[in-house]
Amino acid sequence: MFLKEYIKDVYKGVTSLLKGMRKTGYYFFHTKEIITEQYPDNRATLKLAERFRGEVVMLHDENNEHACTGCTACELACPNGTIKVITKFDVTPEGKKKKAVDTFVYHLELCTMCNLCVEACPTGAISMAQNFEHSVYDRSKLTKRLNKPGSKVREGVE
Amino acid sequence: MYTQTEVIKDTTTAKGAENELVINMGPQHPATHGVLHLVVTLDGETVKKIEPHLGYIHRSIEKMTESLTYRQFTYVTSRMDYLSAHINNLACAMTVEKAMQIEVPERARVIRVLMNELTRIASHELWIGAMAMDLGAFTPFFYAFREREMITEIMEDSCGARLTMNYMVPGGVMHDIHPDFQKKVKAFVQQFKDKVTEYEDLVTNNVIFQSRTKGVGYLSKEDAISYGCSGPVARASGVSCDIRKIYPYEVYDKVEFDEVLDTAGDSFARYIVRIKEMNQSIRIIEQLIDTIPEGDFQAKTKAVLKPPKGEFYTRVETARGELGVYLVSEGGTTPYRIKYRSPGFSNLSALDHMARGGKIGDLMATMGTLDLVIPDIDR
Repeated sequence: MFLKEYIKDVYKGVTSLLKGMRKTGYYFFHTKEIITEQYPDNRATLKLAERFRGEVVMLHDENNEHACTGCTACELACPNGTIKVITKFDVTPEGKKKKAVDTFVYHLELCTMCNLCVEACPTGAISMAQNFEHSVYDRSKLTKRLNKPGSKVREGVE
Repeated sequence: MYTQTEVIKDTTTAKGAENELVINMGPQHPATHGVLHLVVTLDGETVKKIEPHLGYIHRSIEKMTESLTYRQFTYVTSRMDYLSAHINNLACAMTVEKAMQIEVPERARVIRVLMNELTRIASHELWIGAMAMDLGAFTPFFYAFREREMITEIMEDSCGARLTMNYMVPGGVMHDIHPDFQKKVKAFVQQFKDKVTEYEDLVTNNVIFQSRTKGVGYLSKEDAISYGCSGPVARASGVSCDIRKIYPYEVYDKVEFDEVLDTAGDSFARYIVRIKEMNQSIRIIEQLIDTIPEGDFQAKTKAVLKPPKGEFYTRVETARGELGVYLVSEGGTTPYRIKYRSPGFSNLSALDHMARGGKIGDLMATMGTLDLVIPDIDR
């Protein structure tokens, strides 16, 4: 009686196992249904979502002008102290003093890509870029200056 | 309560009963899925006692919150229960909305519920794979991740991130949904319905899986209540505790779905409850996906949020159980105190009761079906 039960158990175990093996065998012979991405090899064709948050960038146009007025709204919105805006005072042709951004420091190593700085920016000067391969050999390279050298604020942006 | 050094002394000098052996399972054990440290007292292969030691991934999220503003503190909660990041963020956003009495637009509410249910399916998908792997089946992991990948792509399109989205903000959602959102979700629903039978072939109907989970890790209804269990763990023991049904939030009172209950209370029942819950989530998505109302996706709010003085509490149903957010406001720009009632902590406390007297191999099945996420337990 015990032997009968035992053989029955083994039979049931093997058949349920084979049922699962049939499913895996199906994908073994239907390679077109496999969806694995060959990541480092497909870099050229890799397409990321347009909203993907990889890093913060400042948008510059062809005249090397940006829209950052140095209002530090992004600095206040950031939860981790990732952004530090160093401001200066420009003298306008009329002789008035005007606040402007001197260095926009961005600590990539502290950033959690929460998008709160982009949401807070009143002029749309910064946005999120799709680049996600951030590994470098030197940690100091992760501290970036976002406004390009010699750039200035676009005319008419307040 | 042991200290760390006492535990090590125990293993070498064999204090206590003659044949007892104390084993430190974790914090680097593959089956604990994170830095969970269990001090297991064994008699042969029989589990005598289990003592979880916590604190390896404590980041003091509650204390951090006290120095963050009401817009900033939402994003940290994605790092608590990272598999239901959306639902954690929603709980925080809802607490601030409750305090400030912000009226959320109907479109944002529907988007929130859709995202919540997608998150719940993604979480359960990952759980199936991880639990089957604990029990020695490696293949279901890949099958589960195939469907989960579709959800993470939907999230990537609309929210901009795959795991820690930070999509729920006080007043609504951060962006409007992607133009392809409805099309992709429908494709996912179709794919899920076609492929869900594969799990049944591979896992549910497998005799080895059934004999390893049936009758293992029994938790009675009374114990589930007294240990404060919630979510699928409590529902598998017959406790009706679905916050979406009892205290409906957002648009859960307008959609039709069943609260999945089981009375067996063992590991297999917890497995079945989660599988059925995924089907209920699909049902909710199908009802809402074609009727997303037009309108704003975010309410107009002030730049600096200042809730009035008082205490506020919100509860939501995450993939693991009930998450409570308790907020004490002093009327300033930062919270005075935030307390999270996380589901994982209470569910873990029942592990000792469930595994005691069983074999150490059954401990894997019990732990797997508890669906523990360690950063949720420790915060």
